[in-house]
Amino acid sequence: MLQGLATFALFATLPLWIGKVGLYPYLGVEVMIWVIYALGFNLLLGYAGLPSFGHGAFFGVGAYAFGLSQIHLGTGLWLSLLSAIAAGAIAGALVAAFISHRRGIYYALLTIAFGQIFWFVAIKWHSVTRGEDGLLNIKRPPFLEDLNSLYYFCFLVFVLLIFFLWRLVHSPFGRVLSAIRQNETRARFVGYNVWAYKWLAFVISTLVAGLAGGLFALAQQSAYPNVMSLHQSGFVVMMALVGGGLVSFWGPVIGAVLFFVARDLLGAYTEAWLLWYGLLFMAIVLFKPEGLAGLLKDVRSKSSA
Amino acid sequence: MFEASHLHKRFGDHVVLEDVSMRFAAGRLSGIMGPNGAGKTTCFNLLTGRYAPDRGSVRFEGRDITGLPPRRIARLGISRSFQVMNLFDEYSALDNVLVATPEVRSRGFSMLSSFKPSDFAFATLDRVGLGDKPHVRAKDLSYGDRRALEIALALAARPKLLFLDEPTAGLGTEATARIAALIGGLKRSLTLVVIEHDMKFLFGLADHIYVMHWGQVIAQGSPRDLMANPWVQRSNLGALQ
Repeated sequence: MLQGLATFALFATLPLWIGKVGLYPYLGVEVMIWVIYALGFNLLLGYAGLPSFGHGAFFGVGAYAFGLSQIHLGTGLWLSLLSAIAAGAIAGALVAAFISHRRGIYYALLTIAFGQIFWFVAIKWHSVTRGEDGLLNIKRPPFLEDLNSLYYFCFLVFVLLIFFLWRLVHSPFGRVLSAIRQNETRARFVGYNVWAYKWLAFVISTLVAGLAGGLFALAQQSAYPNVMSLHQSGFVVMMALVGGGLVSFWGPVIGAVLFFVARDLLGAYTEAWLLWYGLLFMAIVLFKPEGLAGLLKDVRSKSSA
Repeated sequence: MFEASHLHKRFGDHVVLEDVSMRFAAGRLSGIMGPNGAGKTTCFNLLTGRYAPDRGSVRFEGRDITGLPPRRIARLGISRSFQVMNLFDEYSALDNVLVATPEVRSRGFSMLSSFKPSDFAFATLDRVGLGDKPHVRAKDLSYGDRRALEIALALAARPKLLFLDEPTAGLGTEATARIAALIGGLKRSLTLVVIEHDMKFLFGLADHIYVMHWGQVIAQGSPRDLMANPWVQRSNLGALQ
């Protein structure tokens, strides 16, 4: 509850103070989009225990769907966002149909393979995706031209999504997903269709990635294949793990915020900021796999003992 | 109620089960015993859908369930526990039981309803002697309590037929007596099939016992019949006498 209030308070007031700490308002939009993406991703990794290392594909599919529907069909904001969500979900449904009977390393490898396929198609299908340049000049509706309006629009989506995901992980569906992560065999023997749960978790996660991709295209006014690369897919994994998505719903929020703060603050001093972030990632995996949220939990339990 | 006929199973060149037939009558407690490697657990795995038999059939309440996946067999009212404990370790005892109830299972895809404790889940924990530990995580329970929770999970599914795979494995005398009392209390309220090494335990509870050796049923009958059976005497199971 406290983490939720802190998150909402942080993002609700961010435009008021971010300039004063030497950062820029657009960073808030970027962080929120990645938090949405990371929270959706964590439904899969943290709750279902399914490692997807090619999730950038679905973020990219959402971004392209947003741009393509606007360019070719003339859709407005809502229909473009709906296209992004639907495209993420459909792409996810197809991929999940092939991988949901697997787990562990085989599951992870298949997600990488499928992610690479999407990335390759985005680069090579020039007539549709415009190749490496991507889709440029995606329009924002007039009421979102102003950065503040864009920020609070993203904040609204962010709040709604958090409520949806929070409800979901505390529903029977979320609890069964977590049970499957803990013991897939037992879940089968108490009567659950494990394949269907894994499939649906993947689809919901890619649907959210599609939404984040759509918001990204709206904010960046472009969609390009780089966001689908393996490299970019790794970022969301790091955010979820560093933040502590394995033990806390709010872990990916911490991970995404830390990632962008590291990029912008450390990046001001050194081009090798990702090296330091990577080292932090390694240290956490080695010494505190529960991530920063796990560390905070330990501190709280020690101080209350 | 439950009938397995002429089951065969091999893994590669190794024949694990050969022409195994068993019948479990409603409301009775049947036992399966035999030395290590006799094929008892493989037999359980065939009966509960973990493996499909190479040959033979399995029928439950007149319906052919041969080769059905575990989830479909579970939904017909057949539940099982495991020799190597299979719990949801990070969940509390109560949540373990809740997840296994048909009520939660039927709402498993619901994303808006709540995951609330039910009276039945508390009652199930009470039934296995864990009524005072509903909020203790499964992995923090003692070994004996984990064994009891293993049975609670199987009971939570409200089964008509319950398979228990070595429910006293690794337990001391006191904890074994606790599980014996628990299983004795379940007798007659549902049909039970128990694999067990501990002959005293099984002979004290079972109505009918199948003795397995080398992947075959070498003897069967009531505990009294088996005590006099020369096959049982000659095998390494005769320790009871």
